[in-house]
Amino acid sequence: MRTRTLIAGTRKGLIQLRRGDDGWRVRSAHFEGIPVTYAARVGGTLWAALDHGHWGPKLQRSADGGATWSEVAAPRLPEGPRLHEGGPEAALRTIWTIAGGGRPGRLYLGTVPGALFRSEDGGESFQLVEGLWNHPSRSDPAKWFGGGMNEPGIHSILVDPRDPRRVLVGVSCAGVFETDDDGSAWRVRNRGLRADFLPEPESEYGHDPHCIARCAADPDVIWMQNHCGLFRSTDGAASWSELHDAEGPGGFGFAVAADPNDPERAWVVPALSDERRMAVGGALCVSTTGDGGRSWRALRRGLPQRDCYDIVYRHALDLSGECLAFGTTTGNLFVSEDRGESWSCAALFLPPIYSLRFDED
Amino acid sequence: MPRVELTAHLRRFFPTLEVETRVEGDTAAEVVAALEARHPGLAHYLVDEQGALRRHVNIFVGEAPVVDRMGLSDLVDENERVFIFQALSGG
Repeated sequence: MRTRTLIAGTRKGLIQLRRGDDGWRVRSAHFEGIPVTYAARVGGTLWAALDHGHWGPKLQRSADGGATWSEVAAPRLPEGPRLHEGGPEAALRTIWTIAGGGRPGRLYLGTVPGALFRSEDGGESFQLVEGLWNHPSRSDPAKWFGGGMNEPGIHSILVDPRDPRRVLVGVSCAGVFETDDDGSAWRVRNRGLRADFLPEPESEYGHDPHCIARCAADPDVIWMQNHCGLFRSTDGAASWSELHDAEGPGGFGFAVAADPNDPERAWVVPALSDERRMAVGGALCVSTTGDGGRSWRALRRGLPQRDCYDIVYRHALDLSGECLAFGTTTGNLFVSEDRGESWSCAALFLPPIYSLRFDED
Repeated sequence: MPRVELTAHLRRFFPTLEVETRVEGDTAAEVVAALEARHPGLAHYLVDEQGALRRHVNIFVGEAPVVDRMGLSDLVDENERVFIFQALSGG
């Protein structure tokens, strides 16, 4: 077994863990006391999005695997644009996700308030993707609005491995948007979704995809954990089908991981209802399907099955080869080395975990 | 020249910061701009890209919190004390 490293963005900093001969151990911590909303490797660089309670969102990077970090200028919205007509000038609140752009030097940031930024120079500078920001729906508070945050945010950025000009983004709340011309024109991709919290559940906009994930080998297959259920697309998000299974996960949760090779397989971590947001029945489980979402199987071996309140946020479930890992809102971190069939606890008593990513080294 | 007192919390990010200093400025915004000239990047810790004071940062001119949090146009007299501190909220 190769040594593996995990990088966790938490409420109290960035924590790196490494698997050694004696199991998983915390190896180092950085930015102690500062919320890290997302952290991941893109190419040869580790990136961390900081969300100071007082001093605003910041961006840090490390070229030496996390030994040393340096701050780079966080993206800024240009002067003038407003969240919506008559509202205040828009300002960056949170950097919510970081993704490679499929080209050397290209990097995307998804942010609150609903802005997508792109760098073409490895993060030295970022430009607002104006085509999405200027989409006519974006400034309409009935079409784009806050979910868990007060303002809308971009949490998922999926670059098509066949063509980096094609990008899907997930917005809470607005839905899924797609460009196929490198970001100039965007179209909404919400057909088939359901928003129970809207007076018109099949509205064109205003959906809440908590997370979307793509099968690398079959990029038209995309999985969605939505606020209102699980959905899957087999046509590149042109349409979505809701996944039902009485024995499977409930409708609520945040994270979804797609098998990069098998378009029929995915994993989710069910949670109890949007009103309660806690583990279902006081027990943690990961749910998996191997038949495109028609049936689901609960994976519980090694996970706490009583008195448990943990849930898993949208960026805190990851897959790498045979290994799955997730981190919870109560600071527990679990790893499976057999694709979820059995689990071991890698860490307890960490801060609330916002993001968790494998980092090969 | 106004006398500025800054939270030592900011030394974590700007190690050479003097927490008591004097800078030129007739408004709170000009004081922030003068601090930025001395410590590039500092202003963006205090205000957002539109120049509005961050939600959980306070600036006092004398003993009163600034009134214009959006533009920091509050006047600062010669020799006045400007106190910049993180709010109790937001931590």
